[in-house]
Amino acid sequence: MQDNILAASTTSIAEAVRAERNTLGLELPYAALSMLGAISDDRVFYRVAQNGLTLTGYDDLPIDVSDEAEILFKTEAFRSAVIRSATLTRKISVDGRLNDVTVTVAQTREGLGEISARISLIALLVGLGFFVLAVSLSAFATGRTLRPLDVLANAVSRRGPSDLRPVKAEAPTEIVPLVTALNRFIERLETSLTRSEDFIAEAAHRVRTPLATVRAQAEIALRRVERPENKTALRQMIRAVDESSRSAGQLLDHAMVTFRADHMEFDTVDLSALVADTVERLAPLGDLKDISLRLGTMPSNAMLKCDPILIQNALRNIIDNAIKYSPGDSDIDIALTADDAHYTITVRDEGIGFSDMKTSELARRFSRGPNVGEIVGSGLGLTICKEVAIAHGGTLEMKDNPGRGGCVSLVLPH
Amino acid sequence: MRITGLAALIWCALSLPGWSFEIEEVKRFGMDNADVQLKVLSTADLSVFEPYIIAFQLKNQRIAVDYTVASSTEVMKAIFDEQIQFDLVISSAMDLQTKLANDGFLSDHNSEATRRLPPWARWRDQVIAFTQEPAVIVLSKKAFAGLPIPESRSELIALLREHPERFKGRVGTYDIRTSGLGYLFATQDSRNSESFWPLMEVFGRLDVQLYCCSGAMIDDLISGRLSIAYNVLGSYAERRVAAADNIAIVTPADVTSVMLRTAVIPKNANEPVLAGQFIDFLIDGDLGPETGIGLPRIGISQKTSDAAIRPIRLGPELLVFLDRLRRQNFLANWAGSVEQAIGQ
Amino acid sequence: MRFLLVEDNPELSASVVDRLSLDGHAVDAARDLSAAEDYLASTDYDLILLDIMLPDGDGRDFLTRHRRDNRRTPVIVVTARSEISDRVGVLDLGADDYITKPFDFSELQARCRAVLRRHDGNARNEKQVGDASLDLLAGTLSVAGIPKPLRNRELRLAEVFFAAPERIFSKSHLMDRLFSYDEDVSENAIEVYVGRLRKKLEGGNVQIETVRGLGYRLVAEV
Repeated sequence: MQDNILAASTTSIAEAVRAERNTLGLELPYAALSMLGAISDDRVFYRVAQNGLTLTGYDDLPIDVSDEAEILFKTEAFRSAVIRSATLTRKISVDGRLNDVTVTVAQTREGLGEISARISLIALLVGLGFFVLAVSLSAFATGRTLRPLDVLANAVSRRGPSDLRPVKAEAPTEIVPLVTALNRFIERLETSLTRSEDFIAEAAHRVRTPLATVRAQAEIALRRVERPENKTALRQMIRAVDESSRSAGQLLDHAMVTFRADHMEFDTVDLSALVADTVERLAPLGDLKDISLRLGTMPSNAMLKCDPILIQNALRNIIDNAIKYSPGDSDIDIALTADDAHYTITVRDEGIGFSDMKTSELARRFSRGPNVGEIVGSGLGLTICKEVAIAHGGTLEMKDNPGRGGCVSLVLPH
Repeated sequence: MRITGLAALIWCALSLPGWSFEIEEVKRFGMDNADVQLKVLSTADLSVFEPYIIAFQLKNQRIAVDYTVASSTEVMKAIFDEQIQFDLVISSAMDLQTKLANDGFLSDHNSEATRRLPPWARWRDQVIAFTQEPAVIVLSKKAFAGLPIPESRSELIALLREHPERFKGRVGTYDIRTSGLGYLFATQDSRNSESFWPLMEVFGRLDVQLYCCSGAMIDDLISGRLSIAYNVLGSYAERRVAAADNIAIVTPADVTSVMLRTAVIPKNANEPVLAGQFIDFLIDGDLGPETGIGLPRIGISQKTSDAAIRPIRLGPELLVFLDRLRRQNFLANWAGSVEQAIGQ
Repeated sequence: MRFLLVEDNPELSASVVDRLSLDGHAVDAARDLSAAEDYLASTDYDLILLDIMLPDGDGRDFLTRHRRDNRRTPVIVVTARSEISDRVGVLDLGADDYITKPFDFSELQARCRAVLRRHDGNARNEKQVGDASLDLLAGTLSVAGIPKPLRNRELRLAEVFFAAPERIFSKSHLMDRLFSYDEDVSENAIEVYVGRLRKKLEGGNVQIETVRGLGYRLVAEV
């Protein structure tokens, strides 16, 4: 939609450029900008250049020469905002000499006003936030038309989670910056693994605070805008942020799990208390959807030598997931059972269960969300739970309940 | 062509430290020991805007208002070029205000009051309209004695062509090279009315007088120096009609442009919250009987029954005539029309 | 309720203040630990929201001091740090709960409520309209003296109405307050919850009125 109008605007301007005596003249068509104003309240920038020198418009707007008769689209940052631009180059003869006339028309793409522009900027600025959000924003904005991102997504998701080599997918020029950012992030992640947990925490801080700002502002904006299309766009933005932060969180958690699995800090803890505590912490999340977290009977004195932080994280991942995929007004049952050799933590929900899902959907369920999940953190939630289980010599099992819903069990040997 | 408008204006080219833009009037309302001060830069004449400030102060006694009047082009210079700190900028030049928003100079204001405005009366939560003021033709009844009062541009053109001797040197309009509002009205006229350029041609032949502002044109009309003032702010004219019964106001029946007076909050405002409250107050236009008459407020629904009334809509299209080349061309055409008499 | 927010990011801070004020809380925002101490020295707060990484120190040190000095105000840590490394730590230091950035406002609100409720079982935060009174902490509605327990969404819906009696709320506004963006519900879902809340209000002189084409509002009969 935006692209079509940007293209129409660019073309109308390019057609209005005329050779006048020894120079070029242009009467900027009214419709060229009014048509952009009709789709949203976004900011509009344009530039007309003759052989690379500005003829009129915004001098600082980046331009690229496109092939004649072909419109080049780009998404980039400009003046504290993310813009979508269309560029068209025409050759016009003045005094018998050919001139490259390049017309670029750009529009910010938040559709929502300054709040979102700030949001996008902040989001773009920070290392991982930059990468994940840029991908998700452009993915939701361009829908499924951006095939190159799929290529990148596959390149990233095909590899194993411990594979931290740089990405070398055949990247089309449009996403080269993203690949670079991703590689820089992986590089940083690798360094952080060889350094300390503090470093990871610091990295998380750098990413999460801006994302929190973005999300908070988007939520406030959601309350303020009235047009349904703006609300939809904002919801998508919040979803993108959540998916970004979740992916970021999972990558960092995963880094931490990998790190800790090598340097496990075993403690003897009361597993019943740990489960009860985790459930209590998550209860408010369930409340929001009127979902009750019900704690079953628990064995007394369920002492286990384990890394409690890892176990808690895995359990949190499982319950969090159950909440997300359960219908409102339902129950989630959490229980801890013991036999001679194992403790088993089970989480039962009344959601759609697992057997009805394909394996790929399963992975998606654990990475939450159709966009970013597939691109960066595919299956990481699941992977983290599994790795935690494995690090303790246990297993992670998923099956359907006899009636309805799914059941995830974390089985840990004594 | 002579520029008489400037002489008529009480022109105090005050210069304040660090300011190189020209201001026309400054007045401080409120006590020196006020808790907060709101710095307002505005194109609205003090006499027009005073009631708002007084009424606002009645409600908020601890607030001082520093009110600075400048032309819309000087306002642009102050905010865009020099980034001088003001809390609130009020201007009739919708296009320049839009440019400030588009180029990232403004902060948002969204409130219950702004949300009540129709969508065409605000842009990006940054440019917020609070009045709608038509561009009218003001005539001296005396000068038109024995002639019919023209109802449209084409009737005016016909009349002027028939009686050049009666109106020579007695027609006034904005100098659109210096007046932002004049430029806005002229460019909108050129889009909406086929008669605009022919009218400018006729004006040119009649040695049109060029003015900086509506107030000065009306002054000269009342004093008898002018017989016709074209594209005058209706709101200013209405106020003076009572005082001068020899004035007729014509709302052109072909097309009448309606300017929305807008308020914006610059990014570097010290008191953005207070500025927002003032904007809300302006939108409600709730002036007490003792403070004076306000400007025409934005109606909830746009008058659609009259097709000739064309409110100028806020949006990026207002940037079109600010385009360097487009402006250059427009001004050249305009000057070519109104200055043709020179040298005859 | 009076909250103290300790957060150094001004934009995030402003957004949180904005939102919590909407829920009727008074919020003071401190940019760093020393400002937080100043606020605490002069004012009693019901709850502290504390960021961990602050320009003049570590929020965990503040937490330790806070508990060592036996100050009772509950603390929710707003942490940007990795879940695994941080969460348990702050609870051990005496935080009442934590929430990870970025967070959902509804979740923050729910956690605040849970902590306040836990912290003082007798605490009351009641709003009265007509003969109905809403206890925000206990999550109960009492109509003409008869207590009626509310589920979470009914409570949040009631909270919106009771905060501004007579004011009309559009369906879409109520949607935003009740459902998260990723719940796929139609505006009709609001009718369901309004219906439930109406049932709970039966027997008193307060009711939710449908304002045709605009939304709903809470009115008390006179």
